[in-house]
Amino acid sequence: METKYISKNGLNEWFSQIVKSGKRVYAPVEERGKVEFKKVQALSEVAEEYIQTTQSIKSAVFPRAEVLFAYEKESGKVKVEDFDPETVKETVLWKVHPCDAAGFKPLTAIFNWDYKDKLYNAHLEKTTLVTFSCAKADKSCFCTSVNGGPGNTAGSDVMLTMLPDGGAIVEILTPKGEALVQLAASAFENDKGEDKSKCLADVPQMFDVEEIKAKLATAFDSPVWKEQSERCLGCGACAFVCPTCACFDIQEDAHGSKGKRIRCWDSCGFSLFTKHTSGHNPRAVQSQRWRQRILHKFSYMPDRLSVLGCTGCGRCSRACPVDMNILEHITSIAKK
Amino acid sequence: MDKLRQRAAALLADGTVTLVIGYEEGTSKPRPIFCHKAEEAGKLIYSSQCINNLAVYLTKKELMGTGKVAITATIPALRSILQLSVENQLNEENLLVITVTDKEEVKEFANFAEIEAYIADFQLKLEGKEQEIIDKLEGMSREERFKFWMEEMSHCFKCYACRAACPLCYCTKCIVEENRPQWINPWAAPLANMEWQINRAMHMAGRCTGCGACGDACPVGIPIHLLTRKMMEDLAPEFGFTPGQPSKNGNALSTWKADDKENFIR
Amino acid sequence: MSEQNIYLPYLMTIDKITNEAPGVKTFKLKFQNEEEANAFNFKAGQFGEYSAFGEGESTFCIASAPTRKGYIECTFRETGKVTSGLASLEEGSTMGFRGPFGNTFPMDEWKGKSLVFIAGGIALPPMRCVIQNALDLRENFKDITIVYGAKSVNDLVYKDELKEWADRPDVNLVTTVDPGGETPDWKGEIGFVPSVVEKVAPSPENTIAIVCGPPIMIKFTFPVLEKLGFKDDQIYTTLENRMKCGVGKCGRCNVGKLYVCKDGPVFSKEQLNDIPAEEY
Repeated sequence: METKYISKNGLNEWFSQIVKSGKRVYAPVEERGKVEFKKVQALSEVAEEYIQTTQSIKSAVFPRAEVLFAYEKESGKVKVEDFDPETVKETVLWKVHPCDAAGFKPLTAIFNWDYKDKLYNAHLEKTTLVTFSCAKADKSCFCTSVNGGPGNTAGSDVMLTMLPDGGAIVEILTPKGEALVQLAASAFENDKGEDKSKCLADVPQMFDVEEIKAKLATAFDSPVWKEQSERCLGCGACAFVCPTCACFDIQEDAHGSKGKRIRCWDSCGFSLFTKHTSGHNPRAVQSQRWRQRILHKFSYMPDRLSVLGCTGCGRCSRACPVDMNILEHITSIAKK
Repeated sequence: MDKLRQRAAALLADGTVTLVIGYEEGTSKPRPIFCHKAEEAGKLIYSSQCINNLAVYLTKKELMGTGKVAITATIPALRSILQLSVENQLNEENLLVITVTDKEEVKEFANFAEIEAYIADFQLKLEGKEQEIIDKLEGMSREERFKFWMEEMSHCFKCYACRAACPLCYCTKCIVEENRPQWINPWAAPLANMEWQINRAMHMAGRCTGCGACGDACPVGIPIHLLTRKMMEDLAPEFGFTPGQPSKNGNALSTWKADDKENFIR
Repeated sequence: MSEQNIYLPYLMTIDKITNEAPGVKTFKLKFQNEEEANAFNFKAGQFGEYSAFGEGESTFCIASAPTRKGYIECTFRETGKVTSGLASLEEGSTMGFRGPFGNTFPMDEWKGKSLVFIAGGIALPPMRCVIQNALDLRENFKDITIVYGAKSVNDLVYKDELKEWADRPDVNLVTTVDPGGETPDWKGEIGFVPSVVEKVAPSPENTIAIVCGPPIMIKFTFPVLEKLGFKDDQIYTTLENRMKCGVGKCGRCNVGKLYVCKDGPVFSKEQLNDIPAEEY
C-alpha cells in the first residue's frame, strides 16, 4: 500500500492516459435529472455535486442481462457456444464510492461460493476500481453502521481523497491499482502528508450490526415484518439499485432452432420468486418477502458467507417509491 | 390536519372502520401509512406533497381484509377510485372515501356518485415541464418519437415499479408473468423494455386516469406516465370519454360494437 | 485458463422413454461425450437441472442409482413450460443436464440398519435412487420396507419395478391407493399413506425412515412416525423448492439460512426443525 499526491493537472493527465490506453471508463454522469454511471471519454463529463448515483455499478461485473451460452438445434442434435472470457473488455470504474467498492465483496462471495462463476470472475478480473472517498453524505447513508465508512478502502484498487486545492491524496491499494497508476506515473507526486480524515463526511453510526444480527436470529415470527412492509408495493427497485443484491433468473431467448440462455436480474421481493409449479408459494404475502430481504442481508449472509449483504449506501431508500427506508427499519429493530 | 386526525381516530375507535389508509411524514416526502388503531391516526398528514396514489392499496386483499376501510384520497386517487369502481374492483359499502378540500375541510363521500360530482370541477393537467415534453412529442415524426422512447427504454431495468404503483395494474397474473407463451421477454434490454411498456400502455388504454404514479415511482427517471397519458389523450375523442373521468363506455381494449370501423385492417 | 461454465449443460441423448402414468415420463439419458460419461459420478439424493433447449431448465432428482453405470434417469410430470418441452422430445433427441448438485442420503451412516421408505405419488422418483442403491448393496442393510401410495392404480409410477420389488423376498413392499382409486382386481392396500404406515407399524429399533411426498402427506406421516417411536434424527426427507441455478447463487431456494440446492435437498427432520416450516 502506497500513498501519493496528485495535483488537479495530474488528475487530468492520468485520466486522459487511462482513456488513451483503450480501457473503457465508467463514471458518474449527470443526465435527465439523475446521476448514473456512463461510459466517458473526458474528465469534464464526470458529475461533481451529488451524494450518490441512483444505480450501483454492479452491472460492470453482473450485467442486468447476460448470455450464459448460445445453442443451435438441428435434426435432434444440439450445438452449444460457450461464454468466451476473451470478449470481456478492460474496464475502469471511476469515482465509485467506498460503499460501492465494498459491495463487490458480498458479490464475489456469492459468485464463488463453492462453485466458481466463470462469467462474474471474467468481468471482475478485468475491472479496476478507482474510488473517491466521500466528503458529503445525506440522511439515507449509513456506511458506518455496517462496518464501512466514507474513507473505507475495502474493495478498492486506488482511493482518491479530494483536497481543497483540486488535487487528491492517492492511496494505491492493489497491484491492479499500481498498474493503473503506472499509465501516468509522472503525474503522481510524493505524499504531502495531508490528513485524509479531515476531508471525510460525518456519518454517525446508527446501529450495531452484531446486535442486529443477534436480534434477527430470533425475530422470524415477529409482527415487525408486517408492520414495516404494509406500504411495500413489491417492485424490484430496491434490489436492482442495490450494489450487493445478486438474485437472478435464468431465461431462454429462443428463436426457432437457435437461442441463448440468459441470466437476468431478479428480486426476492417479486411475488413469483418462490412460487412452485404446483402453485404453492412459500412466500405468498409481501411481509414474508420483506422479512427475507432483511434476514438474508443481515443474518443469513453473515452466517453462511461471513460477509454482510449491505454496505449502507442508502440507494434502496432513495429509489423506493414509498420510502421503505432500510436505515429506519433496521434502527427500529435495534430498539426492540 | 387536526380535523382529519380526529375524524380518523374516531372512525377507528368506534369500530366504523378497521383501517385508515393515509399519509404520514416520510424521510424526505410524505409516504403511505396504515392506521389500525386510533392512536396511530395522530400521524396522519395531508398536503400537496402527498403524491403517492393510495388507491393502489385498495385491490390488495391481504391489506384490505374484510372490514370497512377508510382512505384519505387526493384528487388523482379519487379518479382512480372511480375507474376501479367502473371495473367492479371495489365494494362501495366497505369503503369510506375521505378527502381534504382546498379550504382544509375534511370531506367524506357518501357514495361514488358524490366523488364523480366532486372531481368534475378539477381539470386534469400536467406540470409545465411535462407538458413541454408532450408538446415536443407531438411535434415529432413517428421515427423521432420511437427514437425518443427507445432512448428512455435503454435506462429501464424492468423493476416494475411503474406497474406496482399503478392502481389499475391489479391483475393477479401480469402478462409478463405468463410463460406459455412468453409474450414479453423478462430481461432488461431496450427492445424488451419497449415491448413491456407498449404492452402496458395498451392495457392502460382508456383506463389510465392520468395520476402520474408510474412516472413518479420509476427509480431511473423515465417519464413513463407521459406515454400512458398520451395514449389516454389520443384515445379519448375516438372512444368518447373525457380524460380523467371514468370510462363508462366500456374498456377500450375489450369492448366491441358491430359498427366499429375496421379500416386499419389492410 | 479454461474454467468450466457452471451454467453450461452436458449434452445428453434420450436413450429410452417410459410412460409411467398419465402425464409422467421417465427418461433414460446417456452422455454424448464419452469423456464426460466416464468422469461423471454422483451419490444417491443428488439432483440435476435438466434442459429442454428452447424452453429452459427444470429441477429433478437423479432417479437412478449411482451403482448403475453408463446412464442416468429422471422422472417428471408434465406441468409447465419446460416439462412440456421435455415431454415433446423423442428417443434419440438431445437435451441438457447440469449436475450433480446438492447433498446426498448418508448411506454409509445407515450400514447395518433397517430402512423404511415412505413415498407418495410423483415423490417416488427421488427415493428410487436410494432404494435402487440400497437394493444393489442389499447385504449392507437389515430389513427394507417400502410403503408407496398414489391417488389411483394408474398413477403409480415404476410399475415394472414395483413388481420386481414385490417379488423379492428380502423386501417388504406395501402399495396403496387413495380410497376410490382402486381397480376391481387391486390387491394392495386402500388408504392414505400415513394411515398405511401406521398399519404396517415399522419398528424404530435401529431403523431409518425416509419420507418423500406432497406436503400434506409429509405433514401427516411425521406424527405417525413419532408415535411409532422414531426420533427426529432417524427421519430423513428430500425437499423440493423452486430452483434455477442449482449452485447456491440465484437465491430462489433459500429457506431460513439454508439453501435447498446446497444444504439439501436431503434433510433430516432434526435439521428441518431448525428452519421455519412456512418457508418451504
